[in-house]
Parts: sequence; structure tokens; C-alpha cells
Amino acid sequence: MIEVQGLTKVYGNKAAVDNLTFSVEQGEVVGFLGPNGAGKTTTMRVLSCFMPPTSGSAKVAGYDIHADSIEVRRRIGYLPEHVPLYTELTVTQYLNFVAEAKAVPRVQRRQKVGELIERCLLHDVRGRIINTLSKGYRQRVGLAQALLGDPPVLILDEPTIGLDPKQIIEIRNLIRQMQGERTVLLSTHILPEVSVVCQRVIIINEGRIVAVDTPENLTRRLQRSTQVLLQVEGPPDQVTGRLREMAGILRVEMKDGGGVHGRYVVETEKDCDLRRELAHVVCSSGWGLLELRPVDMSLEDVFIRLVTEEQDSMTVDRSPVTLDG
Amino acid sequence: MGTLAVFKKEIRSYFSSPVAFVVFIIFLVISGYFFYSILLYFSLISMQASMNPAFATGLNVTDGILRPLFANMSVILLFLMPLLTMRLFAEERKQGTLELLLTYPLRDGEVLLGKFLAATALVALLLFATGIYPLLLGLWSEPELYPILTGYFGLLLLAMTFISLGLLFSSLTENQIVAAALAFGAGLLFWIIGWAATLTEGDRALLFRHLSIMEHLSSFARGVLETKDVLYYLGLTGFFLFATLKSLEVRRWKG
Repeated sequence: MIEVQGLTKVYGNKAAVDNLTFSVEQGEVVGFLGPNGAGKTTTMRVLSCFMPPTSGSAKVAGYDIHADSIEVRRRIGYLPEHVPLYTELTVTQYLNFVAEAKAVPRVQRRQKVGELIERCLLHDVRGRIINTLSKGYRQRVGLAQALLGDPPVLILDEPTIGLDPKQIIEIRNLIRQMQGERTVLLSTHILPEVSVVCQRVIIINEGRIVAVDTPENLTRRLQRSTQVLLQVEGPPDQVTGRLREMAGILRVEMKDGGGVHGRYVVETEKDCDLRRELAHVVCSSGWGLLELRPVDMSLEDVFIRLVTEEQDSMTVDRSPVTLDG
Repeated sequence: MGTLAVFKKEIRSYFSSPVAFVVFIIFLVISGYFFYSILLYFSLISMQASMNPAFATGLNVTDGILRPLFANMSVILLFLMPLLTMRLFAEERKQGTLELLLTYPLRDGEVLLGKFLAATALVALLLFATGIYPLLLGLWSEPELYPILTGYFGLLLLAMTFISLGLLFSSLTENQIVAAALAFGAGLLFWIIGWAATLTEGDRALLFRHLSIMEHLSSFARGVLETKDVLYYLGLTGFFLFATLKSLEVRRWKG
């Protein structure tokens, strides 16, 4: 559905996007992941035909963005990062305008706009001027305008930025529902979101693709070791010491500052499953084993690793949220 | 189709902010004052003419009231048109809405035309509102109809030229004030060129006269529809619109 070949966009003497090549299949939801300035927005602007590339080519829904720009635009729904809307219009007036601009046939216009207002949960605010709406509602209006015209391809630039957790879940659900029926390319900073919503991830940094894979594969490829989370009721020093003595243990780290109900992250060699042994050691030492579970390297770690080229994952600063999330 | 969508949206946007209303009021107040003072002067001369027939030569409503009125209105247009056109592209660029507008299946030309027609429609409404002056005149005298019609037509053409000029500058910047200032300055330049015609002589004067934006208006106010004048305004309008189209294209490239 989206085919990008050697896409380059140069501003001045800096390449915001440098020889990008990737593709998105029909019905896929693909996440574009990268730090600020990586080239995500630029790529999306090129794909949505807002600006032409310096070199390279791209095809969306089978049409070339340069030669058949209008045809491409008929088949995409685009939502730029800051959700720019005509704030002086009401929600309904605005969506009517977009419907007309996207050449939705007049007889269907009212019905289609009405459908989208319902689907994006805008019923209560449909008569309000957009200026008076909260960010969450504006985002939904933005999404509604992208969906008008039933485009087979959606290009969403940071669709959940600035929303509160409840709204984020709503938007994510909306996007997830589209899997299979529409092709979605979305960019985001929020890493857990990618694993939840996207089938594939494209990690981009400084205008170049760093990795392309499913979230699970990426995690697996980069994980250097297996980790197990333990919650043990017992004196921290002794617990740590006893665990460290075990064979096959690379490292034992305390989390949460300790205390009697300490949580420990035990790192073993890759593909080495020592959970039984760990349980045995804890229990036979007379301590309470409150929790024992394997922990995957989070996508955040993958991301940081790939982007900053950290050699040793152990030196990456992990907050408790990361490991549990 | 797309043009109509943009047109309707611009009209709505115009009336959602005070700008359009303020421009209307200012225009009507100032032109109303001009009408009043011209009328006053005319009636003064008329009274003198009734006592001394020598003053009556060439005294008629069309030349004495309508022509100076149209001339004054053209100057007010020069001042006020930039205020109407400054937001058309500059505001969209600043708000970021241009990014969405240009990714809809609309040609740049459709967008441009929609905005141009919206501003023109607004001015047409404005000019229609000033129709009260000839109407009032008609109550107490017999103004010739034809010069009124052609006079308004000329004003509309003039307005279209200012609008297309304003659109061009609006497309070049994010800043509405800068867009308005540039459009105003450019309009002023065209006006001044006309003055230069009176200060020089011979061929140079002729050249300036042909370029002058106000000079071409004079025939309209007399009730004469000169093809060359119509073409002058339409030509300039077309040129500025084309330049705006190109400027949009260039801005796309630069991002």
C-alpha cells in the first residue's frame, strides 16, 4: 500500500530524510519510531503530498506521489502532529467542509459526517466551535477529518500526543480496530503504544532507518540475557548474596530501594531458564517467595539501545515503570 | 467543486472574526462621509449656478457627484483591501492548517480560486451596500444609470486587482501584518505611478498613465466601457493570481 524507495529530503545542507526505503502492506498498522528530529514528520509530509522529496520515489495506494498527486490524496487520510483545525468553525461545519473538499458525494455528505461524529464520540460537541474544545476532543475531530472519505491509507503523526491516559486508550482502540480494514502508518514517541497498536515497527534515527521488525522480534533480537523478577520476603543482603552464588547467574540487582519485601532482578545467561532453581533456593533458605516471573526487555530499551548504540544494556537506566510495563 | 468548498469555508471564516465587519463599517463610514461632503459641495455650486448661469456649464450629477465619489472609493479600497486579504494564506500557514488543506484532493488552483472568489464576493457585497448613495441621489435628481453601473463595475475590477495582489503577499509570509503592509505598499506604488504621469511629460507620461491603476478607472466613471481598461485590470489580476500559484508551489518545495 505504501512503497518508499530511496526517499531523500534535504533542508539546506542537512538531510532530514536520507535514502529511506520501506514498505507497508495493505491492512498493516505500522509504527514509525524515532527521537525528535529523526525525520518522521518529514517522511509523512512527503507521503501525504504536502511537499515533494528532494530525490527518491514513493507510491501510496499504487499511485506515485509526484506524478499522480491528486490520486494519492484522494486515498489518504492525514493527521499532522499539531492537529491544525479551523478553530473558528463548529465541529459540524468543519467536517462538512472537509467532506466537500474530499469530494464526498453531496447526497452522502450529511450521512457520512454524522457517522464519523458518532464513531469518534463527538456527538456532544458537534455544535460547538472548535476553539472551545479541549485537546482530546480536537484530536478526535482531527481523526474524524482524516477518516472522511473512507481513505484506505491513514497517515497519523503522533496521534496520541498530549492526551490524558483515558483518551489515549480511546484513540489506540480506534486505531487498533482499523487493523486489516485500513493501512495505517503512525509515528509516535510513546514506546509501549507501539507494541500495543502496531504490527511492525520502523525505527528511524537522523533520517535513516535503524531497524524494521515486529516489536517482539526486535525485543528478542536485542535481548542479550534473560531476566527474572523475584519478590522475596527476607533480609536483602542475605538474599542478594545467596542468589549471586548460584550457577548461571550473571547479575542480581535490587529494585525499589530494598526492605524486607524486596524485589530483585536476576539476570541469567540468554535462553537459560533458572526459574525452578531460583524458586528452590529461595524456599529452601526459608524465605517467602512472593513473586517470580520472567521479564522481557522493553521496547524502550530496544529503542534506546538502537538509537544510542549502547553496548551494555546493563548500564541503561531503568525505572521501575519500564520493567513492569 | 473544491473551489466551492473553499469559497464557503472562507466566507464563514470571514464572518467568524471581527475583521470583515470592521472593514465594512470603516468603508461605509468613510465613503458615506465622502458622499456627504461631495453632495454638499455640489449643492453649493448648484446654488451659485442658479444665480449665475456661467457656473452651470458641465454641472451634472454624474460628473459632479458620482465621478469624484467613485474616485474616492477607489482610494478607500486601496487602503482596506489588504486587511481583507492578509489572512487568506498567512493565517493558514501560521495555524498549520495549510498542511491539511494542501493534502486534500484539491488542486492549488482550486484553493486559490476559492479564496479569491470569497474575498471578491465580500467586496461585491460592500459595493452593493454603497448603492444607497446613488439611490438617495435618484430621489432628488436624475443620475444617469449607465455610468453608475459601469462605475461600480470598474470598482469591482479594481478591487479584484487589489485582492489578487493581497493574495500574493499573503502567500509569501506567515505574518498577516507583513502581508497587509506589503499589499498596501504595492497598491500605493501603483497609485503613485499615476501621479508620476502628471509630473512628467511626453512619452514617459504616457507610459506612467498606462500603468496607473487609478487612471484606468476614469473611463468607467464616465459611463464608458473601454476594452483596454477592462483588459488592464483583468490582466493584472490574472498575473498576480498566477504569481500566487507559483509562490505556493515554491513554498511546497521549501517546506
